[in-house]
Order: sequence, then C-alpha cells, then structure tokens
Amino acid sequence: MVEISKKYAVQMRGITKSFGTFKVLDDVELDVKKGTIHAILGENGAGKSTLMNILYGLYSSDSGEIYLNGKLQFLKNTAVAIKSGIGMVHQHFMLVDKFTVIQNIVLGNETTGRFGIIKTRESREKVKEIIDRYGLNVDLNRKVRDLSVGQQQRVEILKALYRGADLLILDEPTAVLTPMEIEDLIRIMGSLVADGKTIIIITHKLKEIKKSAQECTIIRRGKFIDRVKVEDETEKTLAKKMVGREIKLKVDKTPFNPGEEVFSIKNLHVRCCRGIETVKGLSLSIRRGEILGLAGIEGNGQKELIEALLCARHVDSGEIRINGEEIQNTSPGNVLKCGVSAIHADRHKYGIVLDFSVAENAILEKYRDKPYCERGFLNYKERDKFTNKLISEYDIRPKDCKDLLIRELSGGNQQKLVIGREIANEPELLIAVQPTRGLDVGAIEYVHKTLINLRDKNKAILLISLELDEIMDLSDTIAVMYDGAINGVFKSGEADENDIGFLMAGGQENEQCC
Amino acid sequence: MSNAVNILKKPFIATVISVILGFLVSLFVLSAAGYDPFKSMAVMISSIFSRPKFITNVIIKSTPLILTGLSAAFAFRTGLFNIGAEGQYIIATVVSTLVGLVFNFHPVVQIPLVIISGVIAGALLGGFTGFLKAKFGIHEVITSIMLNWIALYTCNYAANLEAFHKPESNGTYPINKSGISMLLYDWKFSEQGRAFLKDNSLLNDIILKTDLNLNFLIAVAMAIIIWIIVYKTKIGFEMRAVGFNHHAAMNAGIRVNRNIVYSMLIAGALSGLAGALTISGTSNNAIQVLSVFENNGFNGLAVALIARSSAIGCIFAGLIFSGLIYAGQSLQFKIGVPSEIINIMIGVVVFFVALTKMFPAIVEKFFMRRSENVK
Repeated sequence: MVEISKKYAVQMRGITKSFGTFKVLDDVELDVKKGTIHAILGENGAGKSTLMNILYGLYSSDSGEIYLNGKLQFLKNTAVAIKSGIGMVHQHFMLVDKFTVIQNIVLGNETTGRFGIIKTRESREKVKEIIDRYGLNVDLNRKVRDLSVGQQQRVEILKALYRGADLLILDEPTAVLTPMEIEDLIRIMGSLVADGKTIIIITHKLKEIKKSAQECTIIRRGKFIDRVKVEDETEKTLAKKMVGREIKLKVDKTPFNPGEEVFSIKNLHVRCCRGIETVKGLSLSIRRGEILGLAGIEGNGQKELIEALLCARHVDSGEIRINGEEIQNTSPGNVLKCGVSAIHADRHKYGIVLDFSVAENAILEKYRDKPYCERGFLNYKERDKFTNKLISEYDIRPKDCKDLLIRELSGGNQQKLVIGREIANEPELLIAVQPTRGLDVGAIEYVHKTLINLRDKNKAILLISLELDEIMDLSDTIAVMYDGAINGVFKSGEADENDIGFLMAGGQENEQCC
Repeated sequence: MSNAVNILKKPFIATVISVILGFLVSLFVLSAAGYDPFKSMAVMISSIFSRPKFITNVIIKSTPLILTGLSAAFAFRTGLFNIGAEGQYIIATVVSTLVGLVFNFHPVVQIPLVIISGVIAGALLGGFTGFLKAKFGIHEVITSIMLNWIALYTCNYAANLEAFHKPESNGTYPINKSGISMLLYDWKFSEQGRAFLKDNSLLNDIILKTDLNLNFLIAVAMAIIIWIIVYKTKIGFEMRAVGFNHHAAMNAGIRVNRNIVYSMLIAGALSGLAGALTISGTSNNAIQVLSVFENNGFNGLAVALIARSSAIGCIFAGLIFSGLIYAGQSLQFKIGVPSEIINIMIGVVVFFVALTKMFPAIVEKFFMRRSENVK
C-alpha cells in the first residue's frame, strides 16, 4: 500500500459502504497521483460510481478515510467537497435546459451587485479565461438545450473549473460522445492535466483508458482488485482483471449470407416535436440475415426516425414496409403485430415498467394474447412459465426474480429480459437502439452474441448506435445517417473508422453514395 | 436494526403506525386547545363502540367514503388524480333523485333504476374528464375542479326546481318509496313493526334508529371487484402499465388514451355509485341546496391515501375515516370541542399517513447515529 503523501491528490483507505444489507464497497483503496489521469475500471454495479459519489460528498461511507493532498479530510457534503477543490461531471448532466451556457456555469455561484442583481461581466471574463486556457470552446450565449451532448459536457466541465476544481471526476464521460468528440475530450483532458489538474475518469471502455489514462484502479463487485500502470497492460488483460474471466472483445461472426429484402424505408419525411423536419427523405432497406448498422451523431434525426418506425410519431410522407406491407402511421400495436420489435436505448422510459415485476414486464407485449390472457383474465401460470423460460434462457439473475420489481435488477439483467422478450416475439425485424448502453463488458458480449444468433436465424436487424465500435463489429452493412438522410452505405470491412466518422460529420464521398 | 426498518417499510404496518401516531398527535392538539385528551379519547371510543346503533351508523356512513376512496384509488393506479370525485358524487345524487321522483315502478325495477342512473351520471362526468385529457391533453385536475363547481350549482338548481322542491325545506321531496333501499323501511315504522322492535332492544337499536341498508356490502363487493380488475384482468394490466409508464405502455401496443378514458369512466362510476346509494339508502333520500362541498368526494381522496391506493385497504380506511368523523361529532356534542379542532385532528391523522415514508428513514438515521457513536 502506498504511503499517505502530498504527491497524491486523492488517497482513499478502507472505504466500505452498504445499502441496506448489500455491501456495495468493501475496504476499497484508491491512490491518485497529482497531475495525472487516473481511470477507475469496473463492471456495472461494481461500485465505481458509489466510490466517486463518496469522494464528492454525495454519500457518506460507513467506514474509511479520505486524504486530499496528504491531509485527512471529512467530506460530509458536496459543498465541502467543492470547497476542497473537487468537481464532478455526472453521467447524466445536471444542467438547466432553458438557461444559457453562462447562466448554467454561474448557477448557484452568482456574483451579485446591489439588490441581488447578477453581474455577469466578471463571471463572463473568468469563464472566457478558462475556455482559452484549455480549449473548451463553447458559445456562452446559447441555450443548453440547443447544444450537442459533447458541448453540454464541456459546460459541465467549465462549471466545475469555474468553481475552482483541481480534481475533476468524470463519470462515464464518453458514453454518449461521438468518436470525434471523444478525441476532443481526450485532448482537453490532456491540457487540463498539463496545467496541474488531476482527473479521475470512471469508465468501462478499455480503449479510452489505454488512450488517455496513466494509471488505473480496478474494482470488481465492490472490492479493490488492483492498481496498474496503463502502459503495462493490454485491453485484454484489463478486461480480464475487470470481469475476472477471459472475455472475447471481438465477436465471432459467421459469413454474411443475406436473403430477400424484408424491410424498406422509402423517401421518409418526419418532423420533430418542434415542427422542424429532421428526417429528410431517408431511404433504407434490410434483407433477411442482415445486420444493418446505422451510424450517426446524436441529433441527426435518429430519434424521430425510430419513433416513426414504431408509429409513435406521424410520418409526413414516404413509406415504411415490412414484408411488403405499409406500416407507417398505423399504431404501435400494429407494428408489433407485423413483426417489428424494438430494444430501446432508454429502457427505463420506453422498454420496461420499473414498478412492474419481472414477470409482468416479461408479458408486457404478450399479455393480450392466448395463453397469457383468456376471456379478459390474465393467466398467471402461463405468465410465470414464460418468465422462467426467459430467465433460464437468458441467464437473468437472480434466478428467482420473477416476482421482484424489475427496478431491483441490475441494468444488464433488465436488458437481458428486454432482449429475451423481444426475441420471443419472433420478429421479422428487430430494431436495436444502443442495445448495450450502460452495460458492462460481460453483458455486452452476451447481447452481441444474441444479436448475431438472431441474424443467423435469418432475421433482419437494424442496429442504431452511437458507438461506432459496436456498429463496426456487428454490422454486415453500415449506413451513415447525417442530417436526416443516409450519407453513405458500406459493406462491412469496406470502410474504416475514419471514413465513417468523416461521413457522420457530414462529409461527402463521391464514389460511395446511396 | 435493518429488521426494524424493513418491518416499518411494510405498507400495512407502516400505515397502521402512522394512523396511531397521527391519532396521538391529534390528542396533543386537543389538550393544547384545553380539552382533557384522556376524557376525549374515552368519549370517542364509547361514541363508536358503546351501542350497536353507533357501530351500525359508522358502517353506514363509511359506505360512500369507501366508494369515493375506491374511485380515487383506481384513478391513482392509472396515474390519474381524480379530484373530480366530489362532482361525480354530487351529479349522481342529483340524477338519482330526479329519476327517483319522476318514475315509480315496482321496487325490483325502481331501486336498480335509481342507482344505475346515478352511476351512469358519475361515469359520464368522469369519462368526460378522461376524454378531455386523452384527446386534448387538458389536465384532469383542472377540468375536474371546474366540473365540481358545475355539479354543485347544478345540484342547487335542481333542488330548487318547482316540480321537485319540497316547500319549507332546503331541498327536494324524498324520492318515491319504491326507490328507497333501506331495509324494512315500511315495516319498521308501522305499528306492528314498532311493537315488535320495542321488545328487542338490540334490533330496535340497529333497525329503527338507523338507516339500515345493504350498501356497505355493495361497497365491499366493489372493492373486491376493483381488486380483481386491477390485478387479474387484461384491462387492469393495461391501466397499471399506463399509470406507471405510459411511454413503455404505448410501445408495447397498449392504447394509452383509450385507457385514460376507461379509467376515468370507472372512477366516475364508483363515485357515482357512492352518490346514488346515498340517495337510495339513507334519509332524507333527497338532495339539498349545498352552500359548500360536503366533501364526500374529497374525503375519498384522503381515504385512498390512507389505503395507499389498495382497493381492499379502502374498506378499512373508509371505516377509520367514518369513525373519526362520527366520533368527532360526539366530541363536539358531548364535551363541546369545536368542529374546527375535530377537523384539525382528522387532518393530522391523514397528514401522518402521507408522511409514512418518513418513518423508516428516521429509524434508519437514528440507528446509524447510534452505531456511529458506539464506534
């Protein structure tokens, strides 16, 4: 164990924390050298975020000590933590949508003149100075809701720096970013560290750890596993340490053998809720046994496209056909009946009912059909039988969870249930929107395998993801969406990350256009 | 320690503890107002349990509360706030009274006719609110508050209609006898009946001195039916899914808007049933001019809260509420406690139920601090 010393920005010793009877952290230690980027690696539910929330004063630990710059500190709430120079950027941003960037940055820390009138000029200058020093460019006068996710993240970082943070905690900072934005973030982190700041990133993405961090602490199931120098490790060894077993980072795929076309979109036009057209003449087709990956930066019409496909949004013109039948502007029920199932990115909102039991969620799309419903009454026996089948087939844990509220399961297990449920519909087309969002390496491996299996059963899959790696790994065909239309279609292996990234950003490629 | 917390988290136990705590605090209110809390408590208990008549009356008075409670609880389950129970109740009393005055069939036809007409009136009013929400996205709380007032003044207008208004009174004539559902209504006031009951003090107390009816059994049956609908049927499954997460429900092919209308229809029907049974089953069997809301519907919201939206719980919550109101009246009558203090007491009890979630947290904190001190 490292000695307590001034050379370390943060040292945590013997941190233990329980929620109820469940021990989330058990005697965890952490040593973060000043002026470095330190990664905390662990599966979902390993306790990474809890550990950081303790450091940020959001939770108090049951036992353990925290040293900042070699001095024992008691961080009893976030106000104390912020005063001690700690800043945290949460995975879900804490910004006021309708406020401008500068308003968000000074929020809660406003410089005021007489009668409590806010003086923005001084704060503005201070913020501008920070922006210039670290290259955190963002327009201070724009409203946050009009910014891209990457820019919103910058606002969060600015907010922390404005409050004088020397130690920045970034919780899953790259989860929602595009490849280019990730590059930018890594560059910004570099300039921060060069200026003497210290950064802790929580992540389960190995590639980014390799790219950015100097050291890495690995936590597994609430226990400290190891602290390593990143340069001594490979992605594989890191993954093994994190999960505790060998992991396949690349999926095995059988050769691509497509059948006839089952699904097509022709010249689709859809408007978003503010009345602006965001899907502008999009056309696409998918064959049996094909995974079509739709790459694109968030906010290029994906949301409206997905909603239109599922009949949750009105289509202005164009057609969507499954097995030749037009389904646009019918009803979500009809879409299901026609054999289109979906795995949503935001499963808590669109996929499951958190206050329903696992069994109730399992039959959410089947409850009205025989044998789950007879003469208007639900058949609990059949429901439980089906649920138990899903539980064993998809390895949902704990084993006897059918009567638990689904909110008590981990994200990975919730997702397994959703995927199992959708596949049990035997869909002609499965729309998978970021199916691995927020999942850990082990669960991702499982989800990917399941999707490939479905493809091998000659079903069509539309994979929509912001993670380019996932799209490149799984897809047989890759389509790039930009500004509401398809900006390029490739066969797998025909294009590399840079080509696709170029098209995602709106670049034109003459020889490869749909 | 975690055991204690877990027990406190059980809804039933937590609610009972909250009610008791609320009751204790309300005794403080009494003593602060200058009344002997122990004497008051004794009066309250004896005014509920000391005579069969009292018990019967509490049960009879609980009936509309259970039903409006069910109405609110059912709507809660679907994610709707049926503050319109009051108006649905009132409109049902109006329609039932008018139907009961205009028609005069054999009781076998007349009683169901009177009751069902009220139920339909309540259902339509509730359904209208649901329709406005589903079709135009107008919040049900806003529309139902307005509809409550419209119902109130409709009632006052109807009570003063020349054709129905009873002279020298504040309301209409009682409905035709054929529509009255009190048990042994004719017989108990006949000479023969009086003579028979005179010799039997228990029956005399229960039958003659109260509006004895079977409405409570109907309310209990409704609670069971609602429980079955909510947990055992396809419709109930849909409604709960919509209530918990309408996005996911919609994606699962459930018609969200239709379910909102259905839910409000059923909730309105339950409040309507409460009003209709009151007209048919309790004296005066007529509507009166209302200067303020009688709170039959609003109290239903409190009942649903105490019951934590459980249908079966509404039976017990309705009884508790009715007992509090009834005992409160005796308190006023016997030791002169002003009705405001009594209403504060009832308010305190309901308030404590609303705070139920707080108690496990407090106990948890308390134990945590202790274990920290030990260290």
